[in-house]
Amino acid sequence: MATLDSKVPKGPIADKWTSYKDKIDLVNPANKRNIDIIVVGTGLAGGSAAATLAELGYNVKAFAYQDSPRRAHSIAAQGGINAAKNYMGDGDSNYRLFYDTVKGGDYRSREANVYRLAEVSGNIIDQCVAQGVPFARDYGGLLDNRSFGGVLVSRTFYAKGQTGQQLLLGAYSAMNRQIARGKIEMHNRHEMLDVVKVDGKARGIIARNLITGEIERHSAHAVVIASGGYGNVYFLSTNAMGSNATAAWKIHKKGAFFANPCYTQIHPTCIPRSGDYQSKLTLMSESLRNDGRIWVPKHLEDAKAIQEGKLKPTLIPEENRDYYLERRYPAFGNLVPRDVASRAAKERCDAGYGVNATGEAVYLDFAAAFVRYGTEQAKIKGIHDPSKEEIIKLGQAIIEAKYGNLFQMYEKIIAENPYETPMMIYPATHYTMGGVWVDYNLMTTVQGLYCIGEANFSDHGANRLGASALMQGLADGYFVLPYTIGDYLSDDIRTGTIKTDTPEFDEAEKSVKERLDFFINNNGTHSVDYFHKKLGKVMWNKVGMSRNEKHLKEAIAEIKEIREDFWKNVKVPGNLNEFNQELEKAGRVADFLELGELFALDALDRNESCGGHFREESVELDGPQKGEAKRKDKEYAYVSAWEFKGEPSDAVLHKEQLEFKDIELKTRSYK
Amino acid sequence: MNLTLKIWRQKGPQDKGQMVDYRVKDISEHMSFLEMMDVLNEQLVAKDEDPVAFDHDCREGICGMCSMYINGEAHGPDRGITTCQLHMRMFKDGDTITIEPFRANAFPIIKDLVVDRMSFERIQQAGGFISVNTSGNTQDANAIPISKHAADEAMDAATCIGCGACVASCKNSSAMLFVSAKVSQFALLPQGQVEATDRVLNMVKQMDDEGFGNCTNTGACEVECPKGISLENIARMNSEYLKASLKG
Repeated sequence: MATLDSKVPKGPIADKWTSYKDKIDLVNPANKRNIDIIVVGTGLAGGSAAATLAELGYNVKAFAYQDSPRRAHSIAAQGGINAAKNYMGDGDSNYRLFYDTVKGGDYRSREANVYRLAEVSGNIIDQCVAQGVPFARDYGGLLDNRSFGGVLVSRTFYAKGQTGQQLLLGAYSAMNRQIARGKIEMHNRHEMLDVVKVDGKARGIIARNLITGEIERHSAHAVVIASGGYGNVYFLSTNAMGSNATAAWKIHKKGAFFANPCYTQIHPTCIPRSGDYQSKLTLMSESLRNDGRIWVPKHLEDAKAIQEGKLKPTLIPEENRDYYLERRYPAFGNLVPRDVASRAAKERCDAGYGVNATGEAVYLDFAAAFVRYGTEQAKIKGIHDPSKEEIIKLGQAIIEAKYGNLFQMYEKIIAENPYETPMMIYPATHYTMGGVWVDYNLMTTVQGLYCIGEANFSDHGANRLGASALMQGLADGYFVLPYTIGDYLSDDIRTGTIKTDTPEFDEAEKSVKERLDFFINNNGTHSVDYFHKKLGKVMWNKVGMSRNEKHLKEAIAEIKEIREDFWKNVKVPGNLNEFNQELEKAGRVADFLELGELFALDALDRNESCGGHFREESVELDGPQKGEAKRKDKEYAYVSAWEFKGEPSDAVLHKEQLEFKDIELKTRSYK
Repeated sequence: MNLTLKIWRQKGPQDKGQMVDYRVKDISEHMSFLEMMDVLNEQLVAKDEDPVAFDHDCREGICGMCSMYINGEAHGPDRGITTCQLHMRMFKDGDTITIEPFRANAFPIIKDLVVDRMSFERIQQAGGFISVNTSGNTQDANAIPISKHAADEAMDAATCIGCGACVASCKNSSAMLFVSAKVSQFALLPQGQVEATDRVLNMVKQMDDEGFGNCTNTGACEVECPKGISLENIARMNSEYLKASLKG
């Protein structure tokens, strides 16, 4: 049985990575030509890893379910990427970025991994600029920074509101160079459906060609999973429609432990749902909270009138509005961290104060910012005694310059002008901090099987800070994995090509085919989406922003029921050997139906509130923090790593105790 | 609202294909166009019919996967958006909507509304990159100042999402807007200068080899581009190409 050994090198935290790199085994360039590596997923983590490994000389086989690596959902990241460059001279350093990330993660991440992340963050910016990523610049021609999510320095690099897109296109261009040289064999429109182990080591995958339906065997000396997060377990999320957990879940079933599944980030500023037909949710950058004030009506009758469409928010006088974040958290106000803002919105809406037809929305109001900026502009422009209308117009121009694209996006979706009526927002699932357990080398509990980017668990603890996901994906792919994987592969220089006509491949392919056959031949009654939506409802209502023992136990039972129903009654039209999108979804939802249960089980085990995981049983009972989340460091300062044993409910919990040697554990307070 | 949909159905690359009529009822004006398609597909699955295949992924207008030709326009009647951002409030009760795939010789149909855009991939592989290895020792990001103007212009070109609307909208099926966006991004930045000659020659050659047509300055591509990529990029590529040819 695998055991949890984090393999963190000894020595002072600032020296660990450098001295470790100096001592690990290397593979000589001639031998790299004889070694194959499979990379599943080509977003920021997978794309950057595939390109770098190919540059080093390995033969890379990369897989993406989309028609091009450029379409991975990393592309949708808006805000920016953090790096401790200290270009602003405001006192930033590797240590500060490390500290902010550990604290932001509510002290549930592994110190050594986070320090390394901070340490390589600067290299990422250098590398991306060298690739031609057009980051924003100031008038002197140097790189510009903005500040982000609850930290005290400006360290976020950005490319308009499309930073993820530009970074992904950078990694994609590096991949293209290697595809052209034949060093990356790119398999677009392919989905990995299982991993193949030989003598306990990951040696290949079974993949389905999504165009022809053909089942293919691919072998390699090591397999890297970079398939992203599992937010779509909620059905509605800000993830792409195709984002799925299948690769991560398949390796879990083959021996990779799954860590902290209950750590999910619910982002507070998303566009609310409008009806049952809704297929996905759209995020708007959290930077909006810098200038918008969040409120709901103070009186229930006003809220009800708004829900029924009988009252407009602009007609509610100031004294009848409840700016609940400013009321509850006077020190941070509208800028409390994502988890706190999300829970507070849910609390008001659950109490009946929601502001759209569904009752699940709160206002994000820029009226005060219009006046504030407008007054300032009038002074700058020397306008004496400006009218109220003039002031608002001047202020709106400033807001438009800052957030114009977001306001336009909102208007396209909701068909309301947010300059005139306050925006409506509601929290939505956005990112999953949990994922496949990995050691310091980013290797899972299976030999030769690696996991990088959002798909692993290691760097964000229980809550991720804004602009850190892009940083982690690229750090893992460009600067960490290419070193650590060499240490493992140095033993494989004499192995030769891994054959695919072996019993191990036969068996894996057989089980993949059996499952696909089942879907096509099952004469069910309900579509795949029917089950996915049912699962999503249970997850959102009982394993969502606020969790308790009773609901979690109910959720575990209900998910199991839905899963049993799914395997009896799911209906998949069409054939195996063709382009069949319903068949693709069926496999993904089958895996979500297992992952969801483990998720709830993990949430049940963790009877503390930390980061994105809030247990109603674990709140401060008195003092200034009364009613706020209560972390329990003595009992729960561990990583939950679950071992698969047949059924999700039979999973065995292994604990990796977290040690905090360089950072003192403190309560997060935003009062 | 109730709608009639005329949709291109084609089982596979070899199939002839035809327009088929469908009806959908009680469509909310707040639905996105693709959510309306989801409703149709749920109906088809319930009736044991083959759902309509269409490409889509992020559903927020950035991945470039969605690609429908709606009532004779790439990404439909609204401006500056992709199909996934198109909302049903752009249509009226009783409307008939025609939905076809992006059509071009270089975009063969895979199934129904799904096309193969690998030709775009091969063009990018021909030179859409700067040859720099990952090392962690590249020079400091601030070592070469780049004027804000050039950086902003490069960014505007780089926002291309590679959807192919430009090709589908062009009467010549030209890919000039797509190719010129990448050529421009690098032509505007000092990092791109070293390989500028080979890049433009190789990318244009690949574009021609793939069977895309030539540009006759109609400008339909710019109008239908969901990201507002400017025709100026084509002018810049032409000048880069001329420079490179004279050197070459």
